[in-house]
Amino acid sequence: MSASTEVLVDFDEALERYDPALGLEVHVELNTATKMFCGCPATFGGEPNTQVCPTCLGLPGAMPAVNGKAVEAAIRIGLALNCEIAEWCRFARKNYFYPDMPKNFQTSQYDEPIAFDGYMDVEVDGTTFRVEIERAHMEEDTGKSTHVGGATGRIHGADHSLVDYNRAGIPLIEIVTRPIVGAGARAPEVARAYVAQLRDLILALGVSEARMDQGNLRADVNLSLAPKGSGVLGTRSETKNVNSFRSVERAVRFEVARHAGVLDAGGKVVQETRHFHEDTGITTSGREKSDAEDYRYFPEPDLVPVAPSREWVEELRATLPENPTAKRARLQAEWGYSDLEMRDTVGAGAFGLVEETIAAGASPQAARKWWVAELARRANDAGVELAAVGVTPVQVAAVQALVEGGTINDKLARQVFDGLVAGEGTPEEIVAARGLAIVSDDGALGAAVDKAIEANPDVAQKIRDGKVAAAGALIGAVMKEMRGQADAGRVRELVLERLS
Amino acid sequence: MAAMPDTPPALTREDVAHLADLARIDLSDAELDHLAPQLSVILESVASIQGVAGDDVPPTSHPLPLTNVFREDVVTPSLSAEEALAGAPAVEQQRFSVPRILGDEQ
Repeated sequence: MSASTEVLVDFDEALERYDPALGLEVHVELNTATKMFCGCPATFGGEPNTQVCPTCLGLPGAMPAVNGKAVEAAIRIGLALNCEIAEWCRFARKNYFYPDMPKNFQTSQYDEPIAFDGYMDVEVDGTTFRVEIERAHMEEDTGKSTHVGGATGRIHGADHSLVDYNRAGIPLIEIVTRPIVGAGARAPEVARAYVAQLRDLILALGVSEARMDQGNLRADVNLSLAPKGSGVLGTRSETKNVNSFRSVERAVRFEVARHAGVLDAGGKVVQETRHFHEDTGITTSGREKSDAEDYRYFPEPDLVPVAPSREWVEELRATLPENPTAKRARLQAEWGYSDLEMRDTVGAGAFGLVEETIAAGASPQAARKWWVAELARRANDAGVELAAVGVTPVQVAAVQALVEGGTINDKLARQVFDGLVAGEGTPEEIVAARGLAIVSDDGALGAAVDKAIEANPDVAQKIRDGKVAAAGALIGAVMKEMRGQADAGRVRELVLERLS
Repeated sequence: MAAMPDTPPALTREDVAHLADLARIDLSDAELDHLAPQLSVILESVASIQGVAGDDVPPTSHPLPLTNVFREDVVTPSLSAEEALAGAPAVEQQRFSVPRILGDEQ
């Protein structure tokens, strides 16, 4: 049984005594038109149980048929992860009873994955960690259960679940790492960077929408601790369905603290599944892994083996996009970013967003400024991923175009972002609706300048005496009067005209 | 995780109890006493095939010499929700209603 009260050890303190080992299992839901083993649509969000057929409902006599496009995607993912591609492999039945799989087994792969022995180089703050990939295998997604009724307040305890099988059978690729050791205090960042970089790779391959918030990409985080320097692997916990990059990092951090608490007290870590809670950042015990592990895998008799020819594999290799690491180096040179600027951009999760913003017409420095300084801060305050901050790359480029066109300045641009986050329309509409445009009309500016001169006679005299630098104080007064919307360059000209 | 064995080991009463549990079949002690020896005999009988297969005969999971049988990624008609749910013991909100299950999703 797992302990109900947990003692957490401070993360840094835990790492003085223990070495963490990470393992990550990422499920990628493919964006094929149809499911893995039948022709039902694999699209998201249909009315319940309208994208089902005898095969994905597990009705007697129904026969599966492999989606060739999904096999192709699996091979491309394997190749992009520097894996070997099996010359011959089979599907296997993973037997378990749970209503999310109506067949009472999940068609998966067991000891013959389609791809194996690969790696991905993950960058964290300029240091590269090689994450070894044990395997990537093909399987199918499960149905979606909705649990009805609470544990209390129902006389007959008639809690039940409602199942929608639209998702059952959607192609999944499960990517499993070997234990990642040696990351030490950086384990949380390495875990996060691995998942983030894997997502970039999947997006570049175009094989999945890879949206963590929609469950297209789901991470299970395994963690164990071993006494520092012992070189052994401790007992691991497996935290399921951690659904954002930030949560991956937090889950690792929490589990390090929890494991250290158990081990410090002379206890044993229980090998179990745990659930991560987004709101509190903690994990709670799921089920212990014992009998449940006994899935009685056996080769799927209804599907013949998959034996990708070497010619086909090489054809697919030729379709691989530029390696994201190489691409990063190329774009850094192209954009003229310093190492530090690049690191900040990647660290903020802004790399892809910056790339899209530049593609939409913004300069590299402007794109970086808005995403890494302004929008990353907002995302952080709101506790969301940068991509979910409520502003798109195209909008950022449009805001920057308004700045460069002189309609607004950087300060006003921040108010435009406020409007974008609040869903008030396009940048142009927000500028109009909020009255944010810079005033460069001489009539309005002149009146404000006259007022500022009148209110600051001493400053005005200094300027008359030739101290041009004092003009800043008057410009400031005008800007204040005009709520930051005055054309500062024109105001300066007007001030100097009047006082020379 | 258990491997897929080439040779089935002798089946004990405990094995049968464990398998029955995994298969969600509730067997009484009397049934276990009765079934375990019978299942062992069946396994032994089937295992006699191994006396015929020499080292030159690879284990075969599929009788047909076929590989790479793939389907085009083209949508075919699904059932309607009414058809899909027609055999369900209980339906609620156009979903299959099932008893509460203890334990986790996979």
